[in-house]
Amino acid sequence: MSVEAGRTPGQTHRTAYDEQTHARLAADAAQIIARYPQERSALLPMLHLVQSEDGYVSPRGIAFCAATLGISTAEVSAVATFYTQYKRHPNGEYTVGVCTNTLCAIMGGDAIWEHLSDELGIGHDETTDDGAITLERIECNAACDYAPVVMVNWEFFDNQTPESADELVGKLRAGEPVAPTRGADSVCSFKQMSRVLAGFPDGRADEGVGAGGPTVRGTVLARENGWEAPAFPGDEPAEEPVETKTASSSAAASGATATPKAGDEQSSAERPAATAADSSAAQQENKQASDEAKES
Amino acid sequence: MATTLAPVLTAHWDADRSWTLETYEAGGGYRGLRRALNMQAPDVVTMVKDSGLRGRGGAGFPTGMKWGFLPAPDGGPRYLVVNADESEPGTCKDIPLMMASPQHLIEGVIITSYAIGCHHAFIYVRGEVLHVYRRLLRAVEEARAAGYVGSDILGSGYDLEITVHAGAGAYICGEETALLDSLEGLRGQPRLKPPFPAVAGLYARPTVVNNVESIASVPGIVVGGADWFKQMGTERSTGHGLFSLSGHVTNPGQYEAPLGITLRELLEMAGGMRGGRALKFWTPGGSSTPIFTAEHLDVPLDYESVGAAGSMLGTRALQIFDETTSVVRAVTRWTEFYKHESCGKCTPCREGTFWLAQVLQRIERGQGTSADIDLLLDLCDNILGRAFCALGDGATSPITSAVQYFREEFEAGCHTPADVLFPPERSALFDYRPRSGAQLAGAH
Repeated sequence: MSVEAGRTPGQTHRTAYDEQTHARLAADAAQIIARYPQERSALLPMLHLVQSEDGYVSPRGIAFCAATLGISTAEVSAVATFYTQYKRHPNGEYTVGVCTNTLCAIMGGDAIWEHLSDELGIGHDETTDDGAITLERIECNAACDYAPVVMVNWEFFDNQTPESADELVGKLRAGEPVAPTRGADSVCSFKQMSRVLAGFPDGRADEGVGAGGPTVRGTVLARENGWEAPAFPGDEPAEEPVETKTASSSAAASGATATPKAGDEQSSAERPAATAADSSAAQQENKQASDEAKES
Repeated sequence: MATTLAPVLTAHWDADRSWTLETYEAGGGYRGLRRALNMQAPDVVTMVKDSGLRGRGGAGFPTGMKWGFLPAPDGGPRYLVVNADESEPGTCKDIPLMMASPQHLIEGVIITSYAIGCHHAFIYVRGEVLHVYRRLLRAVEEARAAGYVGSDILGSGYDLEITVHAGAGAYICGEETALLDSLEGLRGQPRLKPPFPAVAGLYARPTVVNNVESIASVPGIVVGGADWFKQMGTERSTGHGLFSLSGHVTNPGQYEAPLGITLRELLEMAGGMRGGRALKFWTPGGSSTPIFTAEHLDVPLDYESVGAAGSMLGTRALQIFDETTSVVRAVTRWTEFYKHESCGKCTPCREGTFWLAQVLQRIERGQGTSADIDLLLDLCDNILGRAFCALGDGATSPITSAVQYFREEFEAGCHTPADVLFPPERSALFDYRPRSGAQLAGAH
C-alpha cells in the first residue's frame, strides 16, 4: 500500500487484538461511550485508549474504534491524523517536548532544542533506538511564565536549561524516575498517560504542588502589600435553605430591574454573521468590503 | 501606584493543597452555588448580565448576553461547554487556574448550567496538560461526593452531569465551533456561522461555550452581586482579570488586577525589565493581537482602550520582549505556529500561512528581497477578513503590526540575517553558543 511509504522501514502492524485484550478494551470503550449523549463523541478518548494499549494509533486500534462506533476506518483515520497527540508510528516510552514557540524559543528553548537534538541524534517526532525517547518541537503549552519549558509525557518541567534538559533525558534513558516541577510525583509512561487522557484516573491527582512560584506571584505580592479585591457586601455565610425557591432577593438587591426569561433575547440566528465576539473590527470592515465587492 | 492587584480567583492559590474541595470551601467556596439555587435561573442570567462580565477567552463578548441568546426551552437538552483548550501563544492563565483551584471552575460550571437550564456540561481541556486533567477529574469526583454534582443537587431538585473531555493537540479547537466538532468526535474544524452555538451548538442543540476564567468568575458575581463586580475595572470593561506576564521581566507570573491596569503598573509589580534592559515590544493579549511597543506602556488594559490603540485585549497574555530580541525572528516563529495549526478548511489561511512563513523565513535568513515586505502585507490583506475563522486573522496581526513599528528590521532582512543583527544568545536566560548562528552568518 502506498501509505506505507512514509512509515518506519520494516515496521509491521498486528491486525487484531486477541480475545482477552479485545474484551478489556471493549469494556473500557463502553465506559467512555457512556459519558456522552452521542457515541461518536467517544472517538477522541478512544484513540487515547488505543495509544494506551499499543503506544500509537495502530491499524488494529483504528479498526477497533471503527467497529465499536459503527463508522468507517477512513473516518477514524481522518480524525487520528488531525491531532498531534495521536502518533502514527510507535512512540517512545517518553515524549520529550521542547517548546519552541516564540516566547520559549527566545528565552532559550531553541538552545535546548538544538542541544537535545544533537545529544540524542534525532529530530522532530523521531525516537531514540532504545525506544526511550520521542523528541518533539511543541507549541505553546500555557506555561510561558516558566519559560523555557520542556514537557515530558505532558507534565511540566519549568525553567529549563540545556544542562537540566540533558540531565533529564539522561535519567529517562537510564530508566530512573523523574519528577516534574508541577505535576505528579513522577512521570508515568506514554501508555499510562494515554489511559488517563482516555478518562481513566490513575489516582495521582493529589500528588505534587498546587502552583509554582510565578503562578502565585501576584497572590503573594498582594498579600504583602495588603491589596485586596473589594469585600463582598454583607459578607456572611449563605446558609439559607435551598428548598424555598422564591423570586430572588439577591438579584433585586444587585440592581436588577427586569427578570427576562432566558429565551427573551431571541435567536442569535438573526444576528449578523460577524459580531464582536466572532471577529475583529478590522475583519468586519474587511468582510463588509468583500461582501460589497461581491455584490458589485 | 494608581491601581493595585485584586485577587479573587487567585486569592487562595498558595494555600496548602489548594486544589482540594476542602481548601476551596474553607476559602468561601460554594457559597455562590447555594445562593444561585435559591434564585430563579433567569435572575442568575440577569445578574451576570448586569455585572458586565465579558468573555475572558479573548473576544470579550458579554457573557450574560451570550447566555441570553439561547432560545426558549423546548424540552430538549441544552449544553454548557467550557473552553479549556488554552493554547494561544503567551496565554497561561486557565491552565494554572485549573491546576491550583479547579473547584472554582466546577462551581462556576454548576451555577452557569443551572442558569441556562443545562443538565449535562462539558469541560474541553487540551490533552497536553496531564496533571490538570487529573485535577479536573478529581474535582468533579469530589464535587459529586459532596452533592454538588449529580441528581437533586443540595436538595434543589436540579440535576447536572459534568464530563471532562481531553483534547488531543490542536490549537484550532480553541475556536468555539471547531471545539464543538472536536467534542462530537470529528476533526476540529470551524463551522459556518450562523447558526451560532446558542441556536445549534453541540449535537445541534442550544449551547453556551465559555472560557474557563469567565465561568470561574461567576461564583464571585453571584456571591458579591453585579455591583460588587463593577467596583473593579472600567465602565465598559468591568471586573477582575488575570494578567499573565512572561518573557524578559524580572518576575514573570500571574497578576490578578482590575481591567484597566497598565503595563507600566504591572511591570513595576513584576520588578521591571530583566537586567534593566529597555522594553522593545509586547503582546497585550497573545500572539494573535497586534504587538505594542514602549509607547503603549500607559494604555489602560481594558477592551476599549487597547482597541483604540490598535490592538486587542485578547487573553491578557503579556509577552514582553526586550531590546535584545529580533522582531523578525519572533514574528517568523509565530507565523510558523499559525501555519502548523491552520486546519486546512479554508484556502486563505491554509495557503496564506504557508506562503507567509516562506517569505518570513527568507527575511530572517537575511535573504529577503525588496518586494518581500509588500508581498507580506499583500498576503495579510488577502487573509484578514477572508479566512473562515479568527485563526487566519490572528496570523496576520503580528506581521502587520511588526512591519508598522519595525519596518527597518524587515528591510534589514534583505541583506543581514536576524541572528546577526540580534544574536539569540543575548535574548536567552542562560549563556550558550547558538548552532544556527555560525552556520547562517556567512550563508549570504
